[in-house]
Formats: sequence, C-alpha cells, structure tokens
Amino acid sequence: MSQALANKSKAAVNKQNIVGKVSNKVNDLMQVNRKDSKIAMAHIYVAMIALLLGGTAGLLQVLVRSGEFKLPWGIGYYQVLTVHGVLLGLILTTFFIYGFQIAAVSRTSGALSAKQRLLCWIGFWTMTTGTAMASAMVLLNEASVLYTFYAPLQAHWIFYLGLTLVVVGSWIGGLGQALRWMQWRKENKGQTSPLLSFMVVCNNLMWFVATIGVASEVLFQLLPWSLGLVERVDILLSRTLFWSFGHALVYFWLLPAYMIWYVVVPKVIGGKIFSDALSRLSFIMFVLFSVPVGLHHQLTEPGVDGSWKFLQVILTMMVVIPSLLTAFSLFATFEIRGRALGGKGVFGWLKQLPWGDARFFVPFLGMLVFIPGGAGGIVNASYQMNQLIHNTIWVTGHFHLTVATAVVLTFFGACYWLVPHLTGRTLTKEMNRLGIIQAIVWVVGMGIMSSAMHVAGLLGAPRRSAFSDYGGADIASTWVSYQIAQAVGGTLLFIGILLFLYIFVKLCWFAPKGQEEFPIAEVAPNAEKTPAILENFKLWIVILVALVLIAYSFPIFDIISNAPLGSKGYKLW
Amino acid sequence: MHLHKYEKYWLAFGVGSLIVFLLITGIMAFHNGSHPPSAKNTINYEKVDEIAPFNNPGVHKVEGKDWDYEAVVVASAFYYDPPILEVPVGAKVKFIATSKDVVHGFEVAGTNINMMLEPGYISEYVTTVDKVGEYLIVCNEYCGVGHAQMHSMLKVVEPK
Ligand code: HEM
Ligand SMILES: [Cu+2]
Ligand SMILES: [Cu+2]
Repeated sequence: MSQALANKSKAAVNKQNIVGKVSNKVNDLMQVNRKDSKIAMAHIYVAMIALLLGGTAGLLQVLVRSGEFKLPWGIGYYQVLTVHGVLLGLILTTFFIYGFQIAAVSRTSGALSAKQRLLCWIGFWTMTTGTAMASAMVLLNEASVLYTFYAPLQAHWIFYLGLTLVVVGSWIGGLGQALRWMQWRKENKGQTSPLLSFMVVCNNLMWFVATIGVASEVLFQLLPWSLGLVERVDILLSRTLFWSFGHALVYFWLLPAYMIWYVVVPKVIGGKIFSDALSRLSFIMFVLFSVPVGLHHQLTEPGVDGSWKFLQVILTMMVVIPSLLTAFSLFATFEIRGRALGGKGVFGWLKQLPWGDARFFVPFLGMLVFIPGGAGGIVNASYQMNQLIHNTIWVTGHFHLTVATAVVLTFFGACYWLVPHLTGRTLTKEMNRLGIIQAIVWVVGMGIMSSAMHVAGLLGAPRRSAFSDYGGADIASTWVSYQIAQAVGGTLLFIGILLFLYIFVKLCWFAPKGQEEFPIAEVAPNAEKTPAILENFKLWIVILVALVLIAYSFPIFDIISNAPLGSKGYKLW
Repeated sequence: MHLHKYEKYWLAFGVGSLIVFLLITGIMAFHNGSHPPSAKNTINYEKVDEIAPFNNPGVHKVEGKDWDYEAVVVASAFYYDPPILEVPVGAKVKFIATSKDVVHGFEVAGTNINMMLEPGYISEYVTTVDKVGEYLIVCNEYCGVGHAQMHSMLKVVEPK
C-alpha cells in the first residue's frame, strides 16, 4: 500500500514538473479536455443510474427464485428480468463504454473538435431518449420481452423504436470518437497512432458492423410488425439477425476492459506495454472473429444446417488466439515489472506488485475471474456439449463471470482514476481501501451466485424462469438449495453495488479537489516498431465483410428461401 | 513481427490444442453424425393440429426406420401435448416437436436432449434412452407469464 501510494505521489510530482516546464500541448494531452470530460461524465451518470436500478432488479430476481419471496403490487418476474437485462446488459455497458472511450480518445489523440464534440452530444441525447422510451414501455408492462426481444412475443412499438435510437445514437457518438483518431492520423502522417485511440476505433468499427444485423431486424421486421404495417415476421430470420449482433455485443463489452488491461494497468504498476504490435494484432483479430459467429447461439435451433453451424463454431474458436496473446502480454508485463522491483524466483515477483492499489487490484481480480469465465465459454460454444447447457442457468452463471465480473470490475477499477480525473478530484486513501473491499465483496458474492448457477445448470435448471416446483418433480427439488445459494450471493452483490455507488458519489462531489492521473503506459523501449499494415483499416474492413458474407450469406439465403408462414405477434405476459 | 520465445511455445501449445479440439468435434459431427438438432422441415404453425404427425401427439412404435419409436410433441403456451411420454428403456427414439404459437424450449432436464421449438419449424432429435427413470421436461425459452409452469414428463420404463 505505502509503496503504491509512494509511486503515485511520485508520479504526481513528476507530472507537476512537466506541467511547469513543457508546453501547453503536452499538458493538454495529459489531461482530458474540460468540455470532453463533461460528455464523458454525462455518459457515466446514466450508466450509474442503470447500475442502481438494474442491480435492484437483480436482487429481486434472486429473492423470487429462492422461493421465499413474492413480488408485490402485481409486478411480474419477467418484467423485472427485462429491466435487469436491458439496463445492465445494454445500457450500463454501452454508456460506460462511451464515457470511457470519449475520455480515452481525448486523452491520447487530443481534445475533440467542436464538430466531433457535437456528434458525441447528439449521440448521447439520442441514446438517452431511446433508453427513456424503452424503459417507459417496460415499466408500463408493454414490453416484458427480455433484453433479447425474441419474436413472436411482441412489445409495444415504442420499445423497439427506443432501442433503435440507442443504436443510432451509438453510431453518431462512435463516429465522433473515430473522427478524432482520423484527424490525428492526418496531422501526424507516417506515425503510429496512439494505441488507446486505435483500440477505440477497433471497438467502434466492430460495433458498427455488428449492429447492422440487429438494426435490420428492428427496422425492417419488428417495427413495421408492431405498428401493424405488416402482419407476419420470419422468426428464424429475426433470431439469426439478432445473434449476428449478439455475440459481437459481448466483445463490445470486453474490448474496453482489454484496453484498460493493455494500456492503463501497466502504467499503474509502473511497467511498460509489452508490445504495441501484438496488442494491435489481437484487437484486429477480435474485430474479425466477432461477427461471423452468431450461429453458436443457435446450435439447438431447427432450420439451419449443421455444417453452417459448425463453420461458425470454428470461427468462434479462433478467438482463442488473441486471448492467448493477451494473457501472455499481460502476465509478461506483470512479471517484468515485479522482477524490476527485485522479485526473485518463479513467483517471487508477484509479491512486488502493488496489491494495495485499487487501480491495479480491482481490474486484476477481473482478469483472474476471466479465466474460469473463458473456460466455460469454450464449453458453451462446443458444438455438441452445448446441448447439455443450452438455456440452462449455467449460461447465466457464465456471463456473470465474464461481463458482470471481469468487465464490470475492470470498469469499477477504472472509475477510481477516471471519475476523479474527469471531475478534478483525487482518489483518497480511504476510498482506495473501500474500492478494494468492494471488489472482494463482489468476487465472493459472485463466486457464490455464479457457482450455484453453474451447478444447477448442469442439473438441468432452466434460465429465465421464476420460481417453480415443476409439479413436484424430484429433479426440480434438487435445484432449490442452489437457488437459495444464489440469493445469498446475489444479496452480497447488491451490497457491492451500493458500496460502489457510495464511492462513486464521493469521487464525483465530495473527494478533495486535485489532479488525478489518467494512466497511459508507454511501450517497452526494446519493442519493435509497429507494422503499418495493422493500422490499415481498409484492409481489415474488406476481410471482415468477406468473413461475414462467407459465414452468413448461405444460411440467410436458405432461411429466406425455405421460410414457412411467418408469425403474428403475441402478448403472453 | 517479433515473438518472444516463450510466447511462441505458448501460442503453439494453444493453437495445437485448438486444432485437436476442432478435429474431435468435427469427427464427432461429420463422421459419427453427432450434430445438434438441425432439422429443416417446416409447417404451417396455425394448422399444426391438422397436419401429421402432430394431429396425433404421443409415442408411436414405428417399423422399418432407423429408430424404434417416435415421440410426437406439440408445444403451446404453456403446456406440452401429451403431458406424459412413455418409452421402453433401450429404445431408439426420435423426438419430433413443434410450437403452435411462440418460441418454446424442449429440454429433458439433466440430459443432452435439448432443442428449440419455433413456430413454423419442426424440431427433431434421435437418441437412445438407456436409463430407466422419470425425466422432467422443461420449457427453457421464455414464452410468457406461465413459462416456469410449462413442463411435462418423459418416463423410461422396463419393457412390458
Ligand atoms: C446485484 C447484482 C446482480 C444480481 C443479483 C444478478 C442476478 C441475476 C439473475 C438471478 C439472473 C437470471 C434470472 C433468470 O434467468 O431467471 C440474471 C440475469 C442477467 N444478468 Fe444479472 N445479476 C446481477 C448483476 C448483473 C450485472 C452487473 C450485469 C451486467 C453487467 C448483469 C447482467 C445480466 C444479464 C444480461 C442477464 C440476462 C437476462 C436475461 O436472461 O434476459 N447482471 N442476473
Ligand atoms: Cu457468443
Ligand atoms: Cu417457456
């Protein structure tokens, strides 16, 4: 702890020296522009409201599922679950990611231009309006269709329109960020662009390509259908379009966490980025293998040929390669730094890392949890093993490890420097300690909830289900004790959310004024120059589009040409 | 691009395991025919009750096919027809199911019989039931308020 704080204050002193000596331009780059900070914080506020409301829904879910609690006032379980999925899976993530990315671009490429900033604001308000519209419909019980809104369950058209605005807003805001990077490239011809901005552009490019599928589903199928302009929709087509987006969605959550692992955490521990080129390479691979893989969510569905499913399983598994690159780079950074600080022996270097620094400790826990999370993911995407766990609560256990812990803890850890940096305050010792406690509460709570979900899932317990004794069936009674364990773990998690929000409020409005660093690591001095091809997005877009076409044209052609009579809408809640 | 020596070992090991893994699943799929349910027949979901075999849900013994029994199931909000399926142990059974309204699941809890039922499509899965017992069938795709109450039973019994 003292070590970490000493490092930190040293960094602060260095920074002040720099501020004193060097031109304003450098100072601008160290500090996110004030106006850009405002946009970033606006996004983060919305994310935090979503965290509070969505977390409350999560608490209600585990209580209901324990069998000991009933929802009052005629509130439906699936209404609550829709709130949880939409607010945490879609809103918390997208808004936090955009807040972080806007700050990241402004910090590493320089302040946004007036036009870029305007785009980011327009994006923000479009997304926020959309969120409000969709939420209103869920609260009025007009849209208890869960966050995947599978047809032919039919929500109110305002719900679909709201989600459309969220996506369209994200395109506008994403463009604002990307334009800043392009401007940097124009102004610095022939140079390697700032790594963090490059990664933001990768993530936005992937997001843009991925959302084309879901946007087509909503605009051409669900909206006209819910408005009564067309009577029927093709169910399998809508699901296939949805999942061409759905898997990329999880990488859209994950890549910002990777940005923090690759670029921020090394600086926090005083180390360097292991390799700029490998970092970029692994991001490009994530982009390429994110979209043409959605069929792995549809392995047990009729109407799609097994061979096409298998092809997409192969493409899915390619993600193992950038994941291994990432794991290697991160642990190499940690080890090199630990040894530089005098760590000896095979694992002695571990002791040297700044465990008492929440900015390191919290995302590090996230990385650790990602290991079992990723292993479970391999089971899910396994062509045949999928049948054992498809749509069981195992799957829910899986993504509460990956997104709700690995990603979310990384975001929490980032808030401990990002929020004070943007609000002109500092992370106090006391808040740092609370941050560490918060992460431990989260990991313990999630450990209990997620393990119980994994086991119950293997025993066959279905996901997305309120409490039920299934007519007294023996096997269903074996699930109950795991559901009670989920309630215990889930309650701890809810306490974790309250604790985090307490820290967040402190960092926004009450922590001492000052300058908190936005840590950006440099590349190791002996690392090689980055090949220019990695920044050639034209090439990657061509490959990405080709892969998507290879993986999807035939299945979609097949689905359309063999389509049965389409479905009318149902409102069964 | 330069790769560290250990990184090369690490990647070689990872990519090697990946290839082995894909080969195994590939051989199981294409040589042993172990695909997940991917049947491609379609149906008018509004007329399911009039169309064979769904006009006669239940377990039927069949002759001259690769399987001994056909278990025909019609799902609709929020029940399965028939509510009980009974098959003799050791039989090779083809499950044939579809939905009359929204998307449902058909999961025999604790086994790998697990398929999605979608309006307009016929889902099929062939398997040998090799253990006597009562197996709970649950709907594992959200279908509306009664979703968690939607279930039926597969009874695997000693042959009479
Ligand atoms: C207090 C903390 C939390 C608790 C107690 C909790 C609990 C749960 C439970 C019990 C379910 C499954 C319900 C069911 O299938 O019937 C669920 C689903 C889900 N959770 Fe959480 N969760 C929490 C935090 C989070 C966070 C932080 C995220 C995302 C960042 C998240 C994302 C999701 C998603 C996307 C679903 C799927 C919803 C669906 O199937 O439609 N959860 N959660
Ligand atoms: Cu996926
Ligand atoms: Cu159901």
